[in-house]
Amino acid sequence: MNTRTKQKEASCHSAGSEIIEGSQRVILVGNPNVGKSVVFGNLTGNYVTVSNYPGTTVEVTRGNGRIDNKDVGIIDTPGMYSLLPITEEERVARAILLNENSDIVVHVADAKSLERTLHLTLQLIETGLPLILDLNLMDEADRLGIKIDLDRFQSELGIPVVATIATENKGMNNLRQAIVDIPKKSGKVFRYDATIESAIAEITELIGGNYRISKRSLALLLLQDDSEINDLLAKEENKAAIDGIVEKTKKEYSEPLNYLITIQRQQIINEIVQKSTIAVKPGRIGLRERLSRLMMSPVTGLPFLLLVLYALYEFVGVFGAQVAVDFLEKTIFGNYINPYVTRIVTMIIPWKILQDLFVNDYGIITLGIRYAIAIIMPIVATFFIAFSIIEDTGYLPRLAMLIDRVFKKIGLNGRAVIPVVLGFGCDTMATMVTRTLETRKEKIISTLLLALAIPCSAQLGVILVLLSGNVEMLWIFAGVMALVFMLVGYLAAKIIPGESPLFYMEVPPLRWPKLSNVFTKTYTRVEWYFKEVLPLFILASVFIWIGKITKLFDLIVNLLSYPTSWIGLPKEAATAFLFGFFRRDFGAAGLYDLKTAGLLTGVPLLVSIVTIALFMPCIAQFSITIKERGWKMALGMAAFIFPFAFFVGFLVNLILTTLGVTL
Amino acid sequence: MRLSDNAEEILEYLWRMNNEMGKELVNWEELKEDKDAPEMKELLARKYISISDDGIRLRNAGLKEAERTVRRHRLAERLMVDVFDLKESLVEDTACRFEHLLRREVEDSICTLLGHPNYCPHHKPIPPGRCCRKAERIVKPLVIRATELDKGAKGIVAFLHVKNSKKLQKLMAMGILPGIHIESVQKFPSYVFRIGQTYIALDKEMARAILVRKSDEE
Repeated sequence: MNTRTKQKEASCHSAGSEIIEGSQRVILVGNPNVGKSVVFGNLTGNYVTVSNYPGTTVEVTRGNGRIDNKDVGIIDTPGMYSLLPITEEERVARAILLNENSDIVVHVADAKSLERTLHLTLQLIETGLPLILDLNLMDEADRLGIKIDLDRFQSELGIPVVATIATENKGMNNLRQAIVDIPKKSGKVFRYDATIESAIAEITELIGGNYRISKRSLALLLLQDDSEINDLLAKEENKAAIDGIVEKTKKEYSEPLNYLITIQRQQIINEIVQKSTIAVKPGRIGLRERLSRLMMSPVTGLPFLLLVLYALYEFVGVFGAQVAVDFLEKTIFGNYINPYVTRIVTMIIPWKILQDLFVNDYGIITLGIRYAIAIIMPIVATFFIAFSIIEDTGYLPRLAMLIDRVFKKIGLNGRAVIPVVLGFGCDTMATMVTRTLETRKEKIISTLLLALAIPCSAQLGVILVLLSGNVEMLWIFAGVMALVFMLVGYLAAKIIPGESPLFYMEVPPLRWPKLSNVFTKTYTRVEWYFKEVLPLFILASVFIWIGKITKLFDLIVNLLSYPTSWIGLPKEAATAFLFGFFRRDFGAAGLYDLKTAGLLTGVPLLVSIVTIALFMPCIAQFSITIKERGWKMALGMAAFIFPFAFFVGFLVNLILTTLGVTL
Repeated sequence: MRLSDNAEEILEYLWRMNNEMGKELVNWEELKEDKDAPEMKELLARKYISISDDGIRLRNAGLKEAERTVRRHRLAERLMVDVFDLKESLVEDTACRFEHLLRREVEDSICTLLGHPNYCPHHKPIPPGRCCRKAERIVKPLVIRATELDKGAKGIVAFLHVKNSKKLQKLMAMGILPGIHIESVQKFPSYVFRIGQTYIALDKEMARAILVRKSDEE
């Protein structure tokens, strides 16, 4: 049917399979939080992250599905509110619409807030691309008593409209059928006032080239000062004449054109919605609503947050980091794997040096794999289970609005809770997510704070074990970390130039997390984590082995023992710090060995924990920082963080010993 | 014939001395005006003031006119601050020029729009006008910032007051547009508004940009 042979670029996607050449192509677009990713999952059978938090689907996901026995390539775009982009995600989503070949665009929309969602629908209709409107979340609309007359709706818009409940797989066949049918005619033309219409007419007249979206749509975007469209047309079109028209039109009004156009569009939308929906019940405050307000009000919200943190501690800190670690570490590795592997290796390999590569103190299996599987995995897995549940309920945006005021003090806005909370799971993942923050300033500050003051779950798990049974130390540790977080954030906000951020965010309804969703999400995250972490652990073991036989290792440990002793620690801690340069959880795990051996207790233990917790997280995080922020910034951060970590350790030691505190 | 701008300024000055400093007689040095200045003649002709060698004092008719002038000046100040969000430093100068342009009918409309305010931005009393006495029951202004909506109160967005177009675009993307019904759900630590079935959290700066007309329906 279609003979698309154009080679597509492979630049902006990472997950998902390549789309089969020559197949029909569908682009999914829509506001955040409307279940776009679930629709994608239903159509392709492939899993993508389903999130309640606006803007988590940063990366573009592609997959293949079979509809009516034909291959269909499906592209899932980041959430967008408007065709006129504000955020990076919206820019990516629009770039896909503008640049990629597609046969059909499916707008996945929130059936319960049509007035809002139809802005994008109307803008998409204006583009002239073949469009299907998928009213999703029909169950939620139903609960609110909103009834939609689909036929009427369809005729008002002039495009196919289907209703779905993607999470329950309802109505998906109607959507598939609509995709097979390929919408033939484009939707209705919605008119603005005479001045704007005449400007549109003049501009479309001047646009000579062929673009994927209609000239009417281009003209409207130009009138609204869309810089990307301006650049796109600058090369080929008579831009001077077009600019003249835009300027002339602007002078006709006292308000910005995008404001006027949006207001006029809202009027059109109101009419359409009025004609085709019946809202039965006025918004009654249900239990869900009450719970949501409980979470957002500071009086009840803060205790609720503490409750969440406590549950998180019990699940990750106690169950994951103690019960599960104990079992895997002592029983599985201690009793079975380590002795068994050691016996085999010593049997096969007669040379002590080579034996050390695999077993003994720093061997790949006895150290690398044991750390990765027995210590790190249970902690990371339990954290990601908890995080997925929190994420799917929609709690994070509520947390964001609670914490916004505090975050403003450190140059961030409430939105930054997502990378920060995720950082407690994995700083590397979290650093990637800082991309969703709006300004350069926020990106730099959040990356710095993640690298410095947010211990990841792997490390935190080990630290909790180290501090278990000593509540005072735990509080001092938490206090020092919080202080460093706020202080460094505050100073960074003062030093780094850029305007202070604004906080605006949609708060999605509370939803029950789906167990299957939580499971698959955790699985994907743990899988990702392992692919990233296991090779590094093994590499670290190899490095240490090489370092040991070449004596280089001893040299560095010797050098490191100076700062180590300055902060009042035994010489052996230097080894843990060296590990800490590879991964700070690795270093913390090294401290764990020291503590077990009885070499580290009291104040020195706390000091070493604080110091290592402030280290840069790991090589992986460092490499992501380079990727996201560039070489200069990443090296600058490292140059600040390592000495600063020792400095804080020094201060903590000084203060505690001066005060004569014994722990 | 309207009173000249300078004459209005003199009236205002005299009123302030009279009402706020308790000085009924203002001597010539203080006023820094010439006895033969045209605006003096204007005021004398209308019997607003009486003059002697000692100084100058307001007559009854002048007192009333002066009060209205002061009222217009302070209303203008409120308008600059509340609605136009003008910088403090610019308010005085703009208000000074603006007051002379205000006419009686407009003056009352603005007073109503602002909710018959009692004080100017510098916390000085605004003399009440006819409209205030008529509308003594209505104490709330017609158009207020969304940040001033009480928890649970509803309103209709009147307009968005944003200079920065990115900010405007963000508000619009959240579905906040003139004519939309909004309800204030929460005010601290962040502002939360309900729009239809959608909840939007905003910080103070964003929320301030939304001007709403209070609605008592529903």
